[in-house]
Amino acid sequence: MGVMRRVSTIFRAKANKALDKMEDPRETLDYSYQTQLELLQKVRRGVADVATSRKRVELQMNQVQQQTDKLDRQARDALAAGREDLAREALTRKSGVQGQVNDLRAQYESLQGEEEKLTAASQRLQAKVDAFRVKKETIKATYTAAEATTRINEVFTGISEEMGDVGLAIQRAEDKTEQMKARAGAIDELMASGALSDALGGPPPDDIQAELDRMGAGHGVDAELAKMKDELSGGGEAPRQIAGGGPVSDAVPGNANTSFPVQQPHTGEGQ
Amino acid sequence: MIIRIMGEGQLRLPEGALEELNRLDVDLESAVDKQDEAAFGVALRALLEAARSLGEALPQDAIEPSDLILPGDGATIEEVHELLTDGGLIPG
Repeated sequence: MGVMRRVSTIFRAKANKALDKMEDPRETLDYSYQTQLELLQKVRRGVADVATSRKRVELQMNQVQQQTDKLDRQARDALAAGREDLAREALTRKSGVQGQVNDLRAQYESLQGEEEKLTAASQRLQAKVDAFRVKKETIKATYTAAEATTRINEVFTGISEEMGDVGLAIQRAEDKTEQMKARAGAIDELMASGALSDALGGPPPDDIQAELDRMGAGHGVDAELAKMKDELSGGGEAPRQIAGGGPVSDAVPGNANTSFPVQQPHTGEGQ
Repeated sequence: MIIRIMGEGQLRLPEGALEELNRLDVDLESAVDKQDEAAFGVALRALLEAARSLGEALPQDAIEPSDLILPGDGATIEEVHELLTDGGLIPG
């Protein structure tokens, strides 16, 4: 017997087993309907969970992309400052981080696919549950317990198969979401501790920036020093102004007073 | 005849289509028995493509049991094993 028929046989056997448990087949319909409503809620939660997980991966993708951009900028700055070694280090790390971006993108697409499948499954189930509710009431109103058996059997088997299918889809999506949560958590921790590049085989991420900052600061100090030296050695106007301070101007009124001694000989001559 | 592609929904197929699907199903089963994942992937894709091209989608609100059930796109041998051993099924 082929795979297709074996899977179908197993689904039917499951449904039959559940049917056999009920004394009145019509009870089965009500019981099944409750299960369907529960499953419908579960599949909707599943869609929401996958969406949350997808958004989180999206956020991480942006963060890691920013890290890539930063390393790229640092490489340029380092190269402009003539530090090829530092630029090389930044680019090496960038390629490591780029690997993370690609990995996250693959995860993102896989989650997106899962979300679409689950959304479609949720819509199919909703349509079937609505149809089932109508059928259930018709069957209960029209047939006696004995008569209803065949009809119920068919409807019940049909809906059970759908529920089994949806149940598996939910399970698969849950597994994927769990895996993703674990990975996302690990990357969050790495980013928070600044150890993302540690994991990628390099020292903490900010040392390149620290080196560039040091170099930047160094340039500033050098420039200022050079300017000061120039000012001091050039013999410009500033030193002269400092020399021409208060004491010299004090001598000026003193000079004005010399008119008295000049006058004194004059009076002496008159005596 | 009604078939289900897991995760996709149900299709109605003309009776004549069964022969073609059965032939492809033989390849699928042999791949499962040999645990040959590569051959399994090829056989499954061929089976699904044939089913989709031969069949017509059932309305969403149809409630009918399927005569045949196919594993969905991207299924692995392990998942099919679970289906066949009853492990992965949620009781109706």
